Amino acid sequence: MFQNTYGRYDKTSLRFTRFLFKLFLNETAEKVDNIVKAALFIPCLSEHLYPESALNMVKVLQYLGVDIDYVENQTCCGQIEYNSGLRDEIVPVAEHFIELFSHKPCIVAPSGSCVAMVRKFYYDLDIRDNLKSARDELAGKIYEFTEFLVDVLQVTDLNGRFPHSVTYHDSCHLNRELGIYEQPRKLIRSISDINFIEMQDPDLCCGFGGTFSYKFKELSIRMVAQKCENISNSRAEYCIGADESCLMNIEGYLIKHAMKARTLHIATLLAKSLGL
Amino acid sequence: MRSAVSRAASKAVEKRNRTAGEYPYWQTMREQAHAVKRRVMENLDDFLLQFEEKCRENGIRVHWAQDAEEARETVGTIAAEHGVKQVVKSKSLTTEEIGLNRYLQKNQIEVTETDLGEYIVQLLDQIPSHLTAPALHLDRKDIGRVFHEKLGVDYTEEPAELLAIARQKLRKKMLNADMGITGVNFAIADSGCLCVVENEANARLSLGVPDVHVAVMGIEKIIPSFSELDTFLKLLPASATGQKQTVYVDVVGGPLFPAIGEGARNVHVIILDNGRSRILADPQLRETLFCIRCGACLNICPVYRQIGGHAYGWVYMGPIGACLIPQYNGISAGRHAPFISSLCGACAQQCPVQISIPHHLTRLRYDVAKQGYTAWWERYALKLHAFLCRYPLLYRALTWFPGKLQQLLPGDMRFPAPGYTRDRALGRFDSKGFRRRFLKMQRQQDL
Ligand code: SF4
Repeated sequence: MFQNTYGRYDKTSLRFTRFLFKLFLNETAEKVDNIVKAALFIPCLSEHLYPESALNMVKVLQYLGVDIDYVENQTCCGQIEYNSGLRDEIVPVAEHFIELFSHKPCIVAPSGSCVAMVRKFYYDLDIRDNLKSARDELAGKIYEFTEFLVDVLQVTDLNGRFPHSVTYHDSCHLNRELGIYEQPRKLIRSISDINFIEMQDPDLCCGFGGTFSYKFKELSIRMVAQKCENISNSRAEYCIGADESCLMNIEGYLIKHAMKARTLHIATLLAKSLGL
Repeated sequence: MRSAVSRAASKAVEKRNRTAGEYPYWQTMREQAHAVKRRVMENLDDFLLQFEEKCRENGIRVHWAQDAEEARETVGTIAAEHGVKQVVKSKSLTTEEIGLNRYLQKNQIEVTETDLGEYIVQLLDQIPSHLTAPALHLDRKDIGRVFHEKLGVDYTEEPAELLAIARQKLRKKMLNADMGITGVNFAIADSGCLCVVENEANARLSLGVPDVHVAVMGIEKIIPSFSELDTFLKLLPASATGQKQTVYVDVVGGPLFPAIGEGARNVHVIILDNGRSRILADPQLRETLFCIRCGACLNICPVYRQIGGHAYGWVYMGPIGACLIPQYNGISAGRHAPFISSLCGACAQQCPVQISIPHHLTRLRYDVAKQGYTAWWERYALKLHAFLCRYPLLYRALTWFPGKLQQLLPGDMRFPAPGYTRDRALGRFDSKGFRRRFLKMQRQQDL
């Protein structure tokens, strides 16, 4: 949609498209205006442990001509507390989040489970009445990165190149709560020279599950062991994922047990393939 | 044990997926079943009364039981009334739930499980480890050993021979029994009929051969009429074993069923509450009563596959068990169960009646936390975190420091969770923080 004659996305052609839209189709113009301005929601794991993949997400988005808007004062979506049962404690956290983000036209995050938290589980919280409509709106405009690329920007032809074999792990929240299954696969397949191998049971849980991995260590380790076995059986060099927490868990096991494969966040994969 | 469970479970999943794939309207059927169950649960009292009335008309005697004890005693009274000495039972989780076997044995009544898997488990004096495959945790070597030790037959691990041994033993029990006890898969409200689904004919014999037949059912087993049965008779076997149809579908419409001229002479049905109406009262958790005990959620569950059914410590196990245990046994007694899950949601995806299990688990975790059962350190850590999240500047300041500190520490000590890092290294760890890097990047771009 925003491609210029060189097959590259850039801001100039984007501005021009926007101008044309504004000129001829009023409604769409607004939409175009909005989707090219994305606010970032950077979950805590990306902020503190793996900023690299979030930065790569930014690079890819900028490459596509999206204006990035970093929202100051963001903290956390409150998922850890939610999953541990401390719902009442995170009501103020959710309210803070809603107040911070609700006036943004569109929000992108590099993690499925945090998006699921906002989009679906905020409904379980007893938040202030005057914020309820803002919450509803927010649920409709917060996107996971691959979802944003494929469903909103309609990008499936990034023209990148990555001459390696990869497999893809479906993070549970991403896949089952948000129904994001095809989108990352489409993006991976669009990269040239890539060898995409599906592993056995790509949607099998990696066993992380937040505090689950700590409370039920043995169990969690057996689960991640199974996952890593599937990955190494696929003989792919990289396991791609779209949720940093699963990747942290998987890679931790791979490294500790001297297995060859490594993990790669899909944003990093895309950025690498584009040479960003 | 683990690998036996895991292998059996994944085979069951495979079969289930294949069969479900053959139904073009599988998703629609699930929605229908969910809707039927919802309608039943919302008007359960009406349906139950209708069922009772129709049963009476059919000559089935109806008993109500508020709790496990009342149900056991009802069985006891019926047994005394008919002078029962020997009982055959066909797989029924509900009787397992009320601990019927032990009660009958205490009253000098001999009980024999007639479902093959359940028979084996009984010989071992264990409880079932799966909803539809009670002996899932045993392989044929185990079974050969049990038969050898408990029945005094020669050791064999040949399935056909084992089956023949069990059949011979069970046939004798069957013919001598005074009373047969079964569960109920579906209770049909508008015609007062009991439907039992099975593969081995043991239920059919248990309800037909002895003089007295006692069916024990939970109040949630009702479906409105025969026209809804069709959907469930497709969903249940496909989800449980991957069969298109079970070998036997038994329908009891009263004593000495006139059309066929066979059946028990006395038919009793015990309608058990045992905490169910309490669950029913909660508009969200009510959904956990929709369960038709197919076991599909167990087979797909990566946690169940690793730990098997016994780890849950009760009759109902796996993801649905984790929902039911705290509800039946009380939050205090069942407070650990909702946490035995990574909330991956595979169970909800498989469930033929669309119970959204992980959502119920988080809801139950909330109930557990509300009653103050969270470990103190966890509660304080999370509360502190939640507090900091509201004050971004403070949050940033306080996360900056550990970040810096962690960079100075050696790899494994960076993450304050020794159990976590014992088998997992921390990979590319970078604690400069996204925000600062991003702002720096932007400044450079602007230049
Ligand atoms: S919860 Fe659903 S999948 Fe699990 S046993 Fe019950 S009906 Fe089957």
